[in-house]
Amino acid sequence: MVEVSPVVKLDGIRKAYNAGTPFEVEILHGIDLTLNPGEFVALTGPSGSGKSTLLNIVGLLDRPTSGEVAINSQSAGALNDAQLTKLRGQSIGFVFQYHCLITAFTALENVMMPLLVDNEFPNDAMRARAHDLLATMELTKWENNLANNMSGGQQQRVAIARALAMNPSLILADEPTGNLDTKSTETVLDMMRKVNIENKTTFLIVTHNMDLASRCDRIVDVVDGQIVAAPSKTLANTMRSPSAALK
Amino acid sequence: MSPWIPFEWIAATRFLREGWMQTLLTIAGIAIGVSVIVFMSTLITGLQSNFLKELLASQPQIQLIAPDEIARPLRSGVGMIEAATVQQPAQRPRSIDQWQQVVQLLRERTDVVTVSPTVSASALAVRGDASRSISITGIEPDLYFKIVKLPEHIILGLPTLSGDDIIIGKDLAQNLSVSIGDKVNVTAASGSTRALTITAIFDLGNKGANTRSTFVALRTAQALANLAGGVSTIDVTLQDAYTAETIAQDVQGSTGIQADSWIKTNANFFEILRTQNISFGSIQFFVGLSVAFGMASVLVNSVIQRSKDIGILRAMGTTRQQILRLFLLQGGMLALLGSALGSALGGGLVLLFRAVMLRPDGTQLFPLILETQLIVYVMIGATLAGIAAAAVPALQAARLDPVVAIRG
Repeated sequence: MVEVSPVVKLDGIRKAYNAGTPFEVEILHGIDLTLNPGEFVALTGPSGSGKSTLLNIVGLLDRPTSGEVAINSQSAGALNDAQLTKLRGQSIGFVFQYHCLITAFTALENVMMPLLVDNEFPNDAMRARAHDLLATMELTKWENNLANNMSGGQQQRVAIARALAMNPSLILADEPTGNLDTKSTETVLDMMRKVNIENKTTFLIVTHNMDLASRCDRIVDVVDGQIVAAPSKTLANTMRSPSAALK
Repeated sequence: MSPWIPFEWIAATRFLREGWMQTLLTIAGIAIGVSVIVFMSTLITGLQSNFLKELLASQPQIQLIAPDEIARPLRSGVGMIEAATVQQPAQRPRSIDQWQQVVQLLRERTDVVTVSPTVSASALAVRGDASRSISITGIEPDLYFKIVKLPEHIILGLPTLSGDDIIIGKDLAQNLSVSIGDKVNVTAASGSTRALTITAIFDLGNKGANTRSTFVALRTAQALANLAGGVSTIDVTLQDAYTAETIAQDVQGSTGIQADSWIKTNANFFEILRTQNISFGSIQFFVGLSVAFGMASVLVNSVIQRSKDIGILRAMGTTRQQILRLFLLQGGMLALLGSALGSALGGGLVLLFRAVMLRPDGTQLFPLILETQLIVYVMIGATLAGIAAAAVPALQAARLDPVVAIRG
């Protein structure tokens, strides 16, 4: 049997603010987590439990106070800022809660942006890739619209397309449906699942929405900076909305 | 997106375009500052070059002068001086010793353009009952007029000089009530008298010069000053007027004759120019500084407004260096556009000045030339200043923690 390398491996992650001072506050208390290729994982927990901090550490946007982070078996601890940025740009896609598109650019240009950042000069291949990704998100006719001129759901789908631009092995989504109506939530979730199944892309989704969480392969629950026993899918099902339970 | 334009340029132009009102106001601010610098530079340069032109057109750049007579102490033996007080003798007109050889020596120099021997003497001009004290300059017109542009100031008659001719100023002509073709009796301090015919009347724009200065042929002046075959001064012009002091010292060293440069004899004028340049430089500096601070302030605000965009860009793999370049470019672009507009505005002000500020006769007050070189220097300077002004906000943007930036 072939052993599969994990996409994310966290070992004993601790994160403290004001470390070494009398005002030190430890947010994460020794997190161990492994995400395998193609997993669709929900990261749940109450507000202030450390979910976003954990997501930032997994996304290489923040460094842990101690512990080891490895992305695609590459340890991040010894990397400098430029190497970390490169690894982040090439391996990880982000979908943020408030859409976070760059409003100075069109939908197509927003999707091209990670490719442009990596390659410096725009080319037709980038344009074609962005066009295809927007087509996957059923946004072809909106591709030349400025981000501001699109609905929340459309913007979030553009953000997913942008997260996929570099064909990353991991997509981190922070409350991707937090500001969307039910219909848009369904569409966005379907799109993410489709990408997950078709591309074997690993997803780690921070959410308070137990309906969404219940539709993930696995739920990682963080309480007070520690991973507690993951709630069972059954429990999640009982917590989700009645409408979802009927599905 | 053009395939030839890199990411930082694309993002910088888009950010500027998106905040177009802020961009336009910043460009307008820079343009006003640059237009002041361009207009004032042109004005000061025009004013100074006009002063210099007037100054150099009315005097030689180097003048070699006959040495003063000095009294030698009476000695009664080696180291013994008999008279305790030595009185400086009165200076009579004297010729420069071996002046022909000195003229020849000067003409052989490649840095010398014109050499004109002259004789200066004081005299009395008499016409009927009227008389005025005058200063006579004996000249060789062909040479002297290359140094002092007297023909340009002739208001009546022709600047020709034969043995019995004289050119006088308009105020002297009024005082003596004479005109072209009239004769005046000129009596020099030596006692020689000549009746000279007025061939031309000039206006040098200075009452003193118009009353006292007169010009006669070299031989006439030699006769009046009792300096047969001699000259009292040798006037020189050079390829480069600003080398006058160095060349004067060189000539004085090699000939032993006192050589005064126009730079030395007009030291006050240069002091005025220097003061003017310092004042103007200070104005330019503070205008530039205020524009640069204004721009830096706008860019600092822009970094704050764009912090979320910076966070997203950092999350998707944009390096700190790319962010730094992006904001430096914005500074450079704003300054370049502002300085281009400011140069055009400054050019417009120069044209307006030319059209409005005229002499009563409709001619220009003084020539104002908008030099391409000035525009290029101002634009390069402003762009570099813009990039420098953007350095602080650009560093601020590059150092933003992506987590904090995304949170907004």
